[in-house]
This record gives sequence, C-alpha cells and structure tokens, in this order.
Amino acid sequence: MNINNGIDIDVIKKDFPALQREVHPGVPLVYLDTTATSQKPAAVLDSLNRYYSYHNANVHRGIHTLAEEATAAYENSRKCIASFIGATSEKEVIFLRNTTEAINLVAHAWGRSKLVAGDRVILSEMEHHSNLVPWHILSEALGVEIDVINVDDEGYLDMDHYVNLLNNGPKLVSVTHMSNVLGTVNPIKTISTLAHDAGAIVMVDAAQSVPHMKVDVNEIGADFVAFSAHKMCGPTGIGVLWGRRDILEDIPPFLGGGDMIKRVYLRSFAPNDLPYKFEAGTPAIGEAIGFGEAVRYLDGIGMDKIWDHEQTLVKYAMEKVNQVPGVTIYGPSNSQYRGGVVAFTLDGVHPHDIAQVLDSDGVAVRAGHHCAMPLHEKYSLMATARASFYIYNDVDDVDALVDSLDKVRHMFK
Amino acid sequence: MDDMYREVILDHYKNPRHNGELDPADISYQDDNPLCGDMIRIDLRVDKDNKIIECAFSGHGCAISQASASMLMEDIKGKTLDDIKDYTRDDILEMLGIELGPVRLKCAMLSLKVLKVGAYGVQEWVED
Repeated sequence: MNINNGIDIDVIKKDFPALQREVHPGVPLVYLDTTATSQKPAAVLDSLNRYYSYHNANVHRGIHTLAEEATAAYENSRKCIASFIGATSEKEVIFLRNTTEAINLVAHAWGRSKLVAGDRVILSEMEHHSNLVPWHILSEALGVEIDVINVDDEGYLDMDHYVNLLNNGPKLVSVTHMSNVLGTVNPIKTISTLAHDAGAIVMVDAAQSVPHMKVDVNEIGADFVAFSAHKMCGPTGIGVLWGRRDILEDIPPFLGGGDMIKRVYLRSFAPNDLPYKFEAGTPAIGEAIGFGEAVRYLDGIGMDKIWDHEQTLVKYAMEKVNQVPGVTIYGPSNSQYRGGVVAFTLDGVHPHDIAQVLDSDGVAVRAGHHCAMPLHEKYSLMATARASFYIYNDVDDVDALVDSLDKVRHMFK
Repeated sequence: MDDMYREVILDHYKNPRHNGELDPADISYQDDNPLCGDMIRIDLRVDKDNKIIECAFSGHGCAISQASASMLMEDIKGKTLDDIKDYTRDDILEMLGIELGPVRLKCAMLSLKVLKVGAYGVQEWVED
C-alpha cells in the first residue's frame, strides 16, 4: 500500500490507462508534466465513449430522446462544476474551449464595452502568455494602459508595488492564482479585496489552482475565474469562465451564432439568457460531459487531500532535487506557498537536453519557457526544466526524476 | 536516446570547433528559436571566388543545436557559398548521425538556417 495523506496512490495510478504504459521497451512512464496537461482517468474516457456511442445529439434543440439525454448530461455537468467551485448559480458557468478563450472573452466582451483609452489594467510579471496577450491586443485596439506587478527574487508578487499601482485607479486586475513556472500561490483573496477597494474588478487565471486545491469563487472574491478541464483529469477543448452574474448580464456577447440568441431578425438579434449568451455554436458536448466526470472524480478523492498530497510531494521533491549538484530551483522555498511545480536548471546543460535524457528513463518533464517568456527574461533564463505533480504521483516518481538527473549530470560532465 | 547523445555530439557540444566571432566578417547573421531559447550566430570570411576561408559560430542552446553548428563549421570551411545552397536537412542529420523527431529537428536545423539566410537571404530558406 502506498498511502499518502489518506490517498492510496497505487489505486489512483490504476485509474489512469496512460500510467500503465511503457514509453520505451521495459521503461514505464513517470509522468511529471501535469502542469502542461494531466492524464485522464478511465472514468472520464468512458464517459466520452458513452456519450459519443449512445447519446450523441446536439444540445438545446431537438425533441428526440438522444437530444434530451445529451442536453441533460451537458447541463448536469455544468451544475456539477458550479457546485465544485462554489458558484451561486450554474448560470454563471460558461463553457468555452479553455482558460485562454475565457480570458479573451473577458478582454473582448468586457474590455471593449467597459474600457476607453487611458484606462488601466494591472497584470503581473508571472503571467502565462494567455493572461498577457489578450490584454496587449486590447491595449493596441483601445489605448488601454497596462501596469505590471513586480515579482521578487523568491517568486512572490511584490504586494507593496501592487498597492502602489492601485493608486493609478485601474479598472481591472487580472492575475494568476498559481504560477505555472514558479508554483507560487498568490494571496488572491487579499488581491481581490484591495482591487475592489480601489474600484477595480478582478479576473483570476485559475488554470493551475482549480485542479489542485479547493477554490471557492465567492470566497476568493473574484469577479471572473477561468480554468481548463484538461489540466484536471478532463478532456482538451473544454474549459470554464465563471463570472459574477451582474457583470455577465451587463456585457455584450463575445461570439455570435446559434444557441447564443433568443431571437434573430434580418438586421438584429436579441441575445440569449446566461450562460448561453456566451456559448455560440455547437459546444464541445462530449468534452463538457467528460469535464463533469473529471470533477466528480476529483471530488471523490477530495480537493483538500489532493492539495495535502501535492504539498508532501513538492516538499520532498525540492529537498531531493536541490541535492543534485549544479541544480537551481526557482520559486518560493517555502512549499506552503507553492503548488506541486518545480522548475529548475542544471549548470551546463540546456533544459531540452535534460528533458531528452529524462525521457530515456521514462520521466516526462517539460522544458522551455512554459508560455511565460517575460518571467524567464526577468530571471535571465532562456528556458527551465519543470517537473509537476498530481494525485497519481508518489515519492518513487520523484526518486526516478532525481536518479535520472544524476545520469544527465554524468553524461554532460 | 543513447544515439542522440553519442560521444561525437557531446564532444562537439563540450569542445565546439570554430567557436567565436570573426571581426571583420564578410557575412554575419544570427537567429534564434524562441521556443527553446537556442541562439546561433555565424560569421564568414570569403575570398573573391566566394570560397569560405574562415568561419565561426557563437551562441547558446541545447547540445543538438550547438553540436550541429560546430559540425557544420568544420564541414563548410573551404567550400563555396554556392556549395552551401545544396545543403539540406539530410546533410545535417548525416553529420549528426542520428534521427530526430519534429521538435528536436528545429534545434538541429538552426545553424543551417542561419548560414543559408545569412548567405542568400530569407527566401533561400525552405523549412520542411
């Protein structure tokens, strides 16, 4: 038995078909790249197969049995996700492709209707490109000004700097809940409170937090929260934007088309009610149903247990990886303020070479700038290697990483 | 993978040939692969017949990108700019002596890209 914080990891591992495979003959997979995308449990894969095999029909139209079943499953999934994040109503849960699309929706629909030239938006130095570029596009289109919260050497947001920036009277603060490189968990509740006091609304990129910890959208005080299914045991191509109902009611639609309308005339339209107002066209129905199944799977284990388990692993990993000569780890040294992510460099070896050698031992890590080029530039890094953890990882996986890193070191000595 | 880091590649990575910059140079060009952070600069000196009499590369990146640049420099010295036109992906892979997937292929091809674009302009570069 491999019990860790009340989770039997051996049992969990068996739920994931990918974790049963070998990546080279005789070399099993050690998957440490969940931050990029998680593996999928059989329950989620089965739900996709079931939907496409037996219930496949378009949603919200059609009176036949399959259409009713598909609509019920799709809407049930929305309810399930709403409850998972503590949303007041499932009408606040909008299905989109992913976190990126969700942020683009806010930048476009909210940004273009609420902002004018000279208005200010606050971002941070640790943002993923998906929480930078939509605002760059908005800035180019409208002349909106962007302020950026500094990140300190340990990988924390400089909160004094943030408070200073709030004096400029921003209309929006859009920050990540957890950095996909440093692992830093930002004090999002404090950030929200300060933003609201300054008259700004708050958008949270929760792509890395919702999969790994209990996130209650009302408790953190945000106005928009975005996350993706594929990083939390669900399928690709489906994600959620949660938004406060009064704000969602108050902004125009993003994409136009079927399902997002109440009535259409030849020269005008009346938008549909929430959440359909923002769901134009046939959605990723099977994927949304699979997302619901993923949430049920995670809920079945318990988000608090998942967080505790990852805390144990990241603490162990930082200690072990740090012992490899020539290694530098980035981000908070106190694991309490960091999720299950360890980005590092090894003297004299490019991260791509690290990842390639690790792969020969079946250890899958990510190498590159992890869609956070400005953050890497800040630390004068071209790239880092990144190991990340989830419910299906254990200390043996960390040991495999460290053993393989020793191999890299000797190879490039 | 053992192939990918065969001794000769690691040797070129650790002890790069023709490493540095030429000043003055007849042709200097650099480019990077922002996805991985590989950067290569190549300087060439050519005689009146466009024969490469001196060449050097500098930059940083993974073992594959740096070793392929080092090997390419050894190979092109004494050849003419016309000869370079005919260089393809297969020539680089033959020098490295390995096979590469689509991601690492970009690392291997960066030096040839810099060389060709430097010598002939970007239209000479057809990525395949």
